Amino acid sequence: MKLITAVVKPHRLDEIKEALQAFGVHGLTVTEASGYGRQRGHTEVYRGAEYTVDLVPKIRIEVLAEDDDSEQLIDVIVKAARTGKIGDGKVWSLPVETAVRVRTGERGPDAL
Amino acid sequence: MASAAITLAAEAPKLSSANTGFMLICSALVLLMTPGLAFFYGGMVRVKSTLNMLMMSFISIGIVTILWVLYGFSLAFGSSNGFIGYNSDWLGMSNVGLTELWDGYTIPIFVFMVFQMMFAVITPALISGAIADRVKFSAWALFVALWLTVVYVPVAHWVWGADGWAFKLGVIDFAGGTAVHINAGAGALGVILVIGKRVGFKRDPMRPHSLPLVMLGCGLLWFGWFGFNAGSWLGNDDGVGALMFVNTQVATAAAMLAWLAYEKIRHGAFTTLGAASGAVAGLVAITPSGGAVSPLGAIAVGAIAGVGCAAAVGLKYRFNIDDSLDVVGVHMVGGILGSLLIGFFATGKGQSAATGVFYGDHSFTQLWKQFAGVGAVLGYSLVASAVLAFLIDKTIGMRVTEDEEVAGIDQAEHAETAYDFSGAGGGIGTSALAAPETKKVDA
Repeated sequence: MKLITAVVKPHRLDEIKEALQAFGVHGLTVTEASGYGRQRGHTEVYRGAEYTVDLVPKIRIEVLAEDDDSEQLIDVIVKAARTGKIGDGKVWSLPVETAVRVRTGERGPDAL
Repeated sequence: MASAAITLAAEAPKLSSANTGFMLICSALVLLMTPGLAFFYGGMVRVKSTLNMLMMSFISIGIVTILWVLYGFSLAFGSSNGFIGYNSDWLGMSNVGLTELWDGYTIPIFVFMVFQMMFAVITPALISGAIADRVKFSAWALFVALWLTVVYVPVAHWVWGADGWAFKLGVIDFAGGTAVHINAGAGALGVILVIGKRVGFKRDPMRPHSLPLVMLGCGLLWFGWFGFNAGSWLGNDDGVGALMFVNTQVATAAAMLAWLAYEKIRHGAFTTLGAASGAVAGLVAITPSGGAVSPLGAIAVGAIAGVGCAAAVGLKYRFNIDDSLDVVGVHMVGGILGSLLIGFFATGKGQSAATGVFYGDHSFTQLWKQFAGVGAVLGYSLVASAVLAFLIDKTIGMRVTEDEEVAGIDQAEHAETAYDFSGAGGGIGTSALAAPETKKVDA
């Protein structure tokens, strides 16, 4: 199994959710995150005092996938998340040792 | 305040139900300004000190109300040698008839007392914005009580008391440019010179946590300010109160636009905080001047105050003084501008026949009087407030510890958190109430 993590622009969340559902993904976890990459931040002005806000709001999406699906799933997320502008975010995957469905106790791919 | 007692006839004024009702409503409007100020300031601080900011205003409502009725009104508005008043009948309002009129006016003394109470409530609260995030609540409460007694009461007497020296000199201060705004702004400067900067000033970002809260507070201030300004004529028999009402609106609009224009040119954006700040700068500047100028003059006063205060708020970084929410930059500077501009824009057709440089015989006389009022209030409040802060600091201490300040004064001083946005209830572990046998709860 793989854990696919995507840190993307918040307003792409609905697109990504729909694309994942169409692909057959039945569950995901979303958290609010903040960070920066090459994009860096932006400047805000309060009574003439300029602040560089370098941590930009992002959404972190986590999906568990079977090994065979993972590359394709990454492509689905990347396609749905892309706006072509700087700050679109990143997607990566990691190997997962085990997963358990809490309600039934099912383990491994059955738990997905 | 109102210089011209009703001039209609030689007969003594009678109680006017209309004026009395109007003034009671104005008193409630002025009270509303203090919660408005609490939100205006509260939105500008970081999340961790929101409640402290709100509470510094609210505690002023509590303390000043009591002290005002006990002795503040008597000392501020009793007869005197020009510097501090006294009237034993007014101590605790113990010997005042319900229909006994405020001398020369058509409203009861009770009504005038409570209207002035609301002014006394908001003036120390204005100072709180300069000392955000870092002052012990007990020290602030003590400061409010002492400052009211030692600074506000005498200054209000100078400017508004029938025997006050500034009033007799002919200094024009319709609703509190000197007694309220310069007084609070200079007082704020005195205090911050003593207590110093916040931890991380100029190093850490300290941007406002909620501009919608700031705008809400600004709206409440603007609304309440009509009571503050138009009510200060204590009645509506000669139209001066209505002139003040109109000028309040006009100057505030002009100042908001001027601040926004200045910001757009200097910093590239029309900011929300700029709109709110400009509006307040305009309200401050028209407070002393609105009874003396024409609506066109009010546009000028507002525009000058908007640009002047927008330029002034940046100076704290240059001088390295942590006037946290720009009380000096907005209230002291706005109050000075409004008070001095009377010396230029007074038409002689409003509250008195005194004219400014641009009207009448182009005399500088009124301008010099305004300078005297501004200088005296500014100097006295600056020094007396610094001394009070120094004395409190040497006894019970003015500031919370650095750790408490960094972690957030709300938790240290109020044992509360302003916001809980988490679905599960903010990470609170177990209720102390559920386990009384294992956990002792003080409170």
